[in-house]
Amino acid sequence: MNATAKKRAVWGDVLAFAMLTFGALCMVGPFIWMISTSLKPVAQQYDMQLIPQTLTLENYPRLLEIMPIHRQLFNSFTIAAISTFGQLLTCSMAGFIFAVVRFPFRNLIFVLLLITLMVPSQITVIPQFIIFRFLGLYGTQAPLYLPAFLGGAFGTFLMRQYFLTIPIELAEAARIDGASLARIFFTIYLPLAKPALAAFAIFAFMFSWNDLFNALIYLPSNMETTTVTVGLALFQTQYAGQWPLMMAGSLLAVAPIIIVFFLAQRYFIAGISMSGLK
Amino acid sequence: MGSLRPLGLERAWLLIFLLPTLLGLALGAFGSIFASIGISFMDWDLLTPPQAAGLSNYAGLPGDRLFNQAFWNTLAFAGLYVPATVIISLFVALGLNRRLPGTTFFRVAFFLPTVSSPTAVGLLWTWIYAQDNGVLNNLITAMGGDPVRWLSRDVALYSVVIANVWGAIGGGMIIFLAGLQSIPRDFYEVAEMDGARAWQRLWFITLPALAPSMFFQTVLTTINAFQAFDYIYILTRTGNGNSTLPTMVFSIYRSGFRFFRMGDAAAQAVVLTLIILVLTWVYFRLQKKWGAPA
Repeated sequence: MNATAKKRAVWGDVLAFAMLTFGALCMVGPFIWMISTSLKPVAQQYDMQLIPQTLTLENYPRLLEIMPIHRQLFNSFTIAAISTFGQLLTCSMAGFIFAVVRFPFRNLIFVLLLITLMVPSQITVIPQFIIFRFLGLYGTQAPLYLPAFLGGAFGTFLMRQYFLTIPIELAEAARIDGASLARIFFTIYLPLAKPALAAFAIFAFMFSWNDLFNALIYLPSNMETTTVTVGLALFQTQYAGQWPLMMAGSLLAVAPIIIVFFLAQRYFIAGISMSGLK
Repeated sequence: MGSLRPLGLERAWLLIFLLPTLLGLALGAFGSIFASIGISFMDWDLLTPPQAAGLSNYAGLPGDRLFNQAFWNTLAFAGLYVPATVIISLFVALGLNRRLPGTTFFRVAFFLPTVSSPTAVGLLWTWIYAQDNGVLNNLITAMGGDPVRWLSRDVALYSVVIANVWGAIGGGMIIFLAGLQSIPRDFYEVAEMDGARAWQRLWFITLPALAPSMFFQTVLTTINAFQAFDYIYILTRTGNGNSTLPTMVFSIYRSGFRFFRMGDAAAQAVVLTLIILVLTWVYFRLQKKWGAPA
């Protein structure tokens, strides 16, 4: 590289660094504002100070008096945990079959599965709503986690891609030793797929935890049984203008996922890039 | 690939393993689609038995003011959201790929909004955009400007696009970073030896090599754009249950699950699905025409 080219590259780096710093501030700034506001007394909510003049935790117990957010966090957690289990189990089973076993119509079924990625959930939710209502499950949490036990294109695709990287000879050798498909799956493939399972588990949990549309449909109004997303949306209509309380609630809703994200960052990123291109 | 052929008893395992997925496909996906198409030809409020309605649910849509608003709002939203998300996340990925100091921090920062609940963060955006004492308006008035009604009918589109793009950059960034990291370093070394400038390397090596990622990301972002709901619901909902920026998904939610007009909602959902399928098909045709391998 000659001297001018080097100089240009340095200027490019400086420009890129400046833009990334500005962008990162735009990304993180709102979260810092959220934390700061949740620690302010309501009387000081409009003072526009980033660092609260009076630090207080009073918004959290006050929020609990108004709305059972601890129940809602627990509900969100339960629904997300059950959904994640259902998705992990059924998607990894299907992904294993698609990756390892040859059977009639395999490609057709797989293509049909991928097509469902393009189908908006609004068209499938209408008959499902009617069925769940007919079954008397409207207003319960079941419609939010039962569908997770019927596989899904995203997870099946992700697990299949991962299983394809495991040498087929492992399965063949186990079969010669008399292992059944179930045994090969549970004792060889599943333990080897821990990174993919971790990445997918985080995603499945996050999707379920953050879901608003379905929760609004099935659990629209009962503060005790609904999820934290619907709880916050209901809170918004009733306590507009009480920003510190609202930010305390928002923080409680985003904190669990952000903590997991910090702890398991590489699985998040692996999950997205695995689903992307391979 | 997949060389095991199931024998005897193994066929039973095969079926058991595949059963949830097959049920999901038959009932959850395609069964539900056909059921929705069927429902779209009925009037059904879930309290009285469904009545055959012929094409009336579809015929009513073009003249329905609310649906028209929703339709054009959705197109306008997608038209701004898709290019903005794809281009900004591409630039962020290009910046991160220079391996500058602080890259890990930047990556985490840009990804943070993507993992956070849009409902919770949406409440924060309602404050940023609030008309009286909102964060943005306070900044503007402090600098001597006039407050803006960020979430009013005229401006809401742009405010909502900004919040949605803010929440989507992280995902695109990761896809582009994965694409960038799969470009062989030798390409750049050879180009440098031949004296290629930075912009030439970007234009003739990086961007063509990223074509598959760009295609994938554009399709994905478009599908998401037509289904955007959370930020729109939180930011633009009005007291009477309508919205200052109703989109098709919002309209489906309102017709189907607030007013329980299932036939009307199903017809709108069918239209939405057709739009997404046609757009995806167009993208795949364009990709074939330009010969970018994906």
